[in-house]
This record gives sequence, structure tokens and C-alpha cells, in this order.
Amino acid sequence: MSKCEYLLMQGISKSYDGTQALRGVTFSADLGEVHALVGENGAGKSTLIKILSGAVRHDTGQILLEGKPVSLDSPLHAHRAGIRAVYQEFSLVPHLSVTENILLGQMPRRRFHWWVDWAAAHRQAQAILDELGFTGIDVRTPVSQLSVSYQQMVEIAKAVAGRPRILILDEPSAVLSQEELKRLFALMKQLKAASTLILYISHRLNEVFEVADRITVLKDGEIVGTVRPQDTDEGQLIRMMVGRTLGEFYPKREAKIGGEVLAVRGLSREGAFTDITFSLAHGEILGLFGLVGSGRTQVARSIFGAEPPDAGEIRLEGKLVRLRSPREALQAGIALLTEDRKRDGLVLSCSIRDNISLATLPQVTRWGFLDIGRMDARVQRQVQDLAIRPPQINRLVRQLSGGNQQKVALAKWLLTQAKVLILDEPTRGVDVATKVDIYRIMSDLADQGMGILLISSELPEILGMSDRVLVMREGRLVGEFSRAQASEERLLACAAGLLQ
Amino acid sequence: MNVTLSVQISQRLFARLRRRWADYGFMAAFVILILIAASFSDVFFTQRNISNLFRQIVTNGLISLGMLTVILTGGIDLSVGSIVALSAILSSGLQQQVPLPLAILAALMAGGLVGIVNGVLVARFRLAPFIVTLATLGAVRGVVYVYSETPQTPTDPAFRAILGGFIGPVPVAAAIMLICFPLVWVFLNRMAAGRAIVAIGGNQEAVRLAGIDVSRHIILAYVISGFFSATAGILLAARLGIAQPSVGAGYELDAIAACVIGGAVLGGGGGGAIGTFGGVFTLGLIDNLLNMFNVQTYYQQILKGLIILFAVLARRKEQ
Repeated sequence: MSKCEYLLMQGISKSYDGTQALRGVTFSADLGEVHALVGENGAGKSTLIKILSGAVRHDTGQILLEGKPVSLDSPLHAHRAGIRAVYQEFSLVPHLSVTENILLGQMPRRRFHWWVDWAAAHRQAQAILDELGFTGIDVRTPVSQLSVSYQQMVEIAKAVAGRPRILILDEPSAVLSQEELKRLFALMKQLKAASTLILYISHRLNEVFEVADRITVLKDGEIVGTVRPQDTDEGQLIRMMVGRTLGEFYPKREAKIGGEVLAVRGLSREGAFTDITFSLAHGEILGLFGLVGSGRTQVARSIFGAEPPDAGEIRLEGKLVRLRSPREALQAGIALLTEDRKRDGLVLSCSIRDNISLATLPQVTRWGFLDIGRMDARVQRQVQDLAIRPPQINRLVRQLSGGNQQKVALAKWLLTQAKVLILDEPTRGVDVATKVDIYRIMSDLADQGMGILLISSELPEILGMSDRVLVMREGRLVGEFSRAQASEERLLACAAGLLQ
Repeated sequence: MNVTLSVQISQRLFARLRRRWADYGFMAAFVILILIAASFSDVFFTQRNISNLFRQIVTNGLISLGMLTVILTGGIDLSVGSIVALSAILSSGLQQQVPLPLAILAALMAGGLVGIVNGVLVARFRLAPFIVTLATLGAVRGVVYVYSETPQTPTDPAFRAILGGFIGPVPVAAAIMLICFPLVWVFLNRMAAGRAIVAIGGNQEAVRLAGIDVSRHIILAYVISGFFSATAGILLAARLGIAQPSVGAGYELDAIAACVIGGAVLGGGGGGAIGTFGGVFTLGLIDNLLNMFNVQTYYQQILKGLIILFAVLARRKEQ
């Protein structure tokens, strides 16, 4: 490493609600290079670049540009410091034109600075797109009418229009076609030649090898190392990403696998996933692994009736069922713990009691009235079994820690006495102690004969808990491994499309 | 770690203090208002004035119960004032042609019908509650004028005698309203539908995924609102002995104010019947006092607007 690199992030730490996302990371990169950041989900890549782009504040550490400390408290500060980011989630204003989106905040004016000079604005926007080699976009169209890949290009054009010294690209390739990707790579070369630092984040290792000058690997909020692509290969990189001590805390027991409880055949949903076929047995924990955007969550939501599938069939204990709503799925005996408890798993403004009883209100209702005594007894038992803290059922869920919130969400589904429990990222944003609790509960449930579909981006969790693992990529099932066959390298390679 | 922990604890304490500050603030204001009333006016604590105070808050009390139910789902009902006019003029006008109970029933059903329209547009067509009820506010007012441009006078003497009358010192209308508060409390806290309504305002998608029919409950909330507004309109016509087609304009403001003062969070996620009663009573007290001191109604409106803003501001962080 050279002595004085343009960007130096020193001793950066960040925690969210007690979960440590970054632990004293020191990272440096220089102008005129493409620097790739790789790592598993939750390794801390996103947090690192969010800190750099001013979207999130770090707890400790400092950021230096050209050796001078800077404070990046907001995206505006970051813009002024010459840092632009293109996130996975778009930051475009849908009903405004391409021109306005690209030049947002810097539209050309005339006459006392009062009037927008539209002709000049469109010319400028067009020039930027042309320069980038993004053709076929009419700058006058509202962004909402563009395809996703065109939107991505506009997003990149918007970032580049600010003439940044540091350009951050977070998974830009996810929605681009091969052709568009080539153009993006050409653009990156140009920018590099013009002495721009490009931070490139991607799950697709082959892309990383193609464009990166250096690759930094993150794992569990720390940097494992920085390598040059010519000195390494994909296998070594994957080992760096996943190589950790496996599983002392996975209380997986020998499964007593029974008869088939859930069979899914040819399940498809336009634009989400295609031809999903698998079966799940009583007492089995079936892992479903895949990268972000592989369609795992959509499959789960479809089976649960939240987004009914277009084609395919679902059988529960051999009986064909048609589930057009979560209500029907629950009645049939399927429950789904969603991946984002705050978005669609919990009612934060309601009490523990309300949340735990929400899915089973009919069971404690007579003539429309709730049997509060029975309801509380059932809720109390769950609170005790799952060791929810504090054990006061009138406490608002908003006041609980992430781990206890997750237990509340789980308790709600346990009361439904489902035959099939789908867990989507059940330990995301949860402390280690609660993780172990949740794994223990999973094992108990499997012992009782429940079939569990475990969706997770955390490989150790999948490997530690599953009897069998399915892998999804781009909306299709691309692999199935027994517990003995599965390894981190294999699953990751399969999910990234490197293994057939 | 120690620092982050203490920061978390202090944040939590602060959040709680903040909420209590707002609640205690309004309770303190309430007590101060009564003290002012007692010390500056010798007519305040007369039976006549107290009875009047209760008669005056009947309308807002009933409308607020409906408004509360809707606000709990995360919505808002601006059409309440027009529904008051609709039911007032229907109940007064129809009793000239049909027996009184039928006229009253028709007025209640008209209110419920507007509620169904509001609810279906909000829940099934996914339109913004603000827009939907703003539209029905206008449309229903139009229907009222189509029915009658001139004031309608109730002809059945029983109408005024019973619904506008007294049981001992207690106005009948006030008694009806006072019974409705515990009923709504029971509905919201002890019935499955009520709990679902409260939860919908907190997180609609979580409720849907819990197997609950969200649309049905949202529609129910608007029907409840329409029904209570219609009840308010009938009782108002009985008290005044006349139903103006223009009655009820601006009533939504008072109802929203009462709910917010009582702890309801606009957009859903907080509020209850007891708090709302406090809000209704506080507003009634303010009106009563300002009338006693001969302050013009225009100033009362300014004050109410400010109270809403203050209440929303004070509870902002709770969301």
C-alpha cells in the first residue's frame, strides 16, 4: 500500500441497536483505482459505504481525505466532499423527467436565476448520457416510465454528473443486462483514467475479478484482507469471506424425519421465481439459501398466500390446497415469520399481548368478545417459554430490544400451531444470546414434528441448522445438498452461479 | 458499550417523559380551566350551567368517538359534519311523512351508508382517506341541500320531548353520549374487531399477514364513524328543534382536536376512548368558559386550531 492514499477510513465502528456492524475497520483506497468490497450479507460492506456517503454516522473512528479529517454527517456533506453513491435502492424521483433527476439541485438557470433554462438542462443531461455511452434514453421522459435497467443508468448518470472524486457503486449489476454491464465497465475505466476512485460492491465474484484493481474482503464487521485479483482466485476469496469457526452454538439435534407435510410443485410467479419444486417432511428443517434478490422471500410469501403464485400447486399432507390469502394459509396450517419484523412482522405501537395474540384472535373470541383471561394465559405461556424480556405483556413492543421483538413475532406464529413454519431470516439484527434461543426453539419445534423452511443469508446458520439445503439463484432452484454434502464454499459457489 | 447503554437508557426515559409531559400538560390545563371557571364565575358550578355544558358536548363527543375509531386505523374522516347535517335534516323532515322511529332509523342508516362509501373507497380502492372524505364532505352536503334548501322542523312532539329532554337533571342526549364512551372502550379493548382496528393503524401489513381481513375492519371503522355522526345529528336536531341544511360545517375540526388532545396519533398507532373523553370535555370546557366571558366564536376557532397544532407537536415523537 502506498503511504498517502486519497481515502483513509480509520478505526471505524458502528452498531445498530446493540448489534455490532463494524468493529474498528481501517480501510484505505486511492484515486484512479477500482476497489471492490466483497463479503457475505451482514459482513458490513453496506454500513461502510453508507458511512462514507453520509447516510449513516459512525460511532468511532475518523475519515480522512488527502490526509485531512473530514466530517460526513449527511449526504450533502459527502457530495461537497466529492463523494457520490449509487445504492441498490434507487433514489430517483419517479414522476420527474430524466433531466431533472440527473441535474437535481443544479438545474441551469437564466434571467436573475429565477427561470429554469429547460433547453440547456435537456442539452446538459443528454450530453452526460452520451458521454457515458448510455443511449436510447429520452431525457424528457418521466423516470417512472423507464425500465429498471434504464433507471439504473440514470441513477449512475446522476452520480457521475456531480463529477465525484469517489464514486460508490452498490450492486450495480443486479439489474443490468450483459450489454449494459459492458458499457458500465467501459465507463468505469474512463472514470478511473480521469483519476476517480470507484468503490465497487458486488456479490458476483467474476465481475469483481474483471474490473477491480484491488479487492477488500469483509467478514463479521472486520476486514479480513486486501488482495490484488492477479494474486488470488475465486476459491481463495470465498474462503476469506466465509472462513470462520463453525457452529458451536447450533443446537441441532438428530432429526426424526417423518412423512411429507408440504409439497410444492412447479410454483411460479411472473417476475419473481420460476418452477419451484420441493418437499418438506414432518420434523425436518429445510434450509433455503440464496443471495439477495434470488427470489427466496417471494417464494415464502407465495406459499403463505401473501403474493399468490401464477402457476403451480401446493400440497399439505398430501391434500391439494389453494391459498389466496395469508388467512387461508393460516387456516391450512402454514405460518410465515417475515424477514423484516418492523416492516410487516410487528405492530410496534401495540403491546406484547396484542402482537402475540394477533394471528389467533378468533381462537379466544366468543360472540365477538375476547376472553381476556384465556388470551393472557396463552400469551403468558409463550412469554415464559421463549423467555421474552421484560415479561410484562402490557409493554409496548416498540420498547423491546431487537431480539425480544423477534421472539414476540415468533411467538405469534407458534400460537397458531402451524404444521409448516417458514422462517425468513429469523436471526437478522438479533443478539447472539437470542440467536441461540431461536435455534433451540427451532430444534424443539422440529422434534414436535413441525416442518420448518429456514430462509437465511447466513451460511453458518443454514449449515448449522438444516437437514437439507436448497439453493436459489435468479428465481430458480439451482441446487440441493444433504447436510453432509453442504459446505459454505459449495453453497456460495452454487448461489453465485459458479457451480453447476 | 457503557456509553451506548446509558444513551439508550436516557433515550428511553426521555421518550417516556415526553409522552407524560404531553398528557400531564393537558390534564393540568384541564384542572386550571376548572379552577379559573370556579374562581372567576359564580354561574359555572350551577346545575344549569353544568347541564348545559354536557348538552353542548354531546355532538362533539359522539362525532369524536367515530373519528377516534377511524384515526386508529390510520385514516381520518372529514365528512362527519356533512353526515350530521344529513341525519339532522332527514330525521326532522321524514317524521312529517313516516313514524318517528322509522325516520330516526333512516337517518342512522344514511350515516352508515356514507361510512360504507368512505370505507370501501379507502380500503378496497386504496385511496387516501383525506381525499375520499373530503370528497364525501362536499357531496353529502350537496345531498342535504338537494333534500331541502330550507330548514326542516321536527313535527313529532315526542322527538323533542324525549331526545331533547331530561331525566331528572340529566339531559337524555348527554346520557346517550356518556353510555357510548364505555361501549366504544369495550369495543376497542375487549372485542376482536376493535383490537384489529387498533393494530391496523400501527402496521397494516403485519395485520394482513396475521390472517385478518384488513379491508373489512377499515370499512367497519368508517361505518362506526358515520353511525356516530348520524346519532349526533339526530340529537342535535332534537335539542335545537330545527335542522338547518348548513349545520355541522367545521365539526371535523373539533372532533380531530378532541382525539388528538386525548392522545390519538394521526396516522394511527395510539389513542383510546378515555383520552378522547378527556379531549371532548376539555374542549367543551374551553367553549363554555369563553362563552361565559363573552369571547367571540371566531377567537374560539383560532384557539382550537392552535390547540390541535400544539397537541400534534407535543406527541410528534411518539410516532
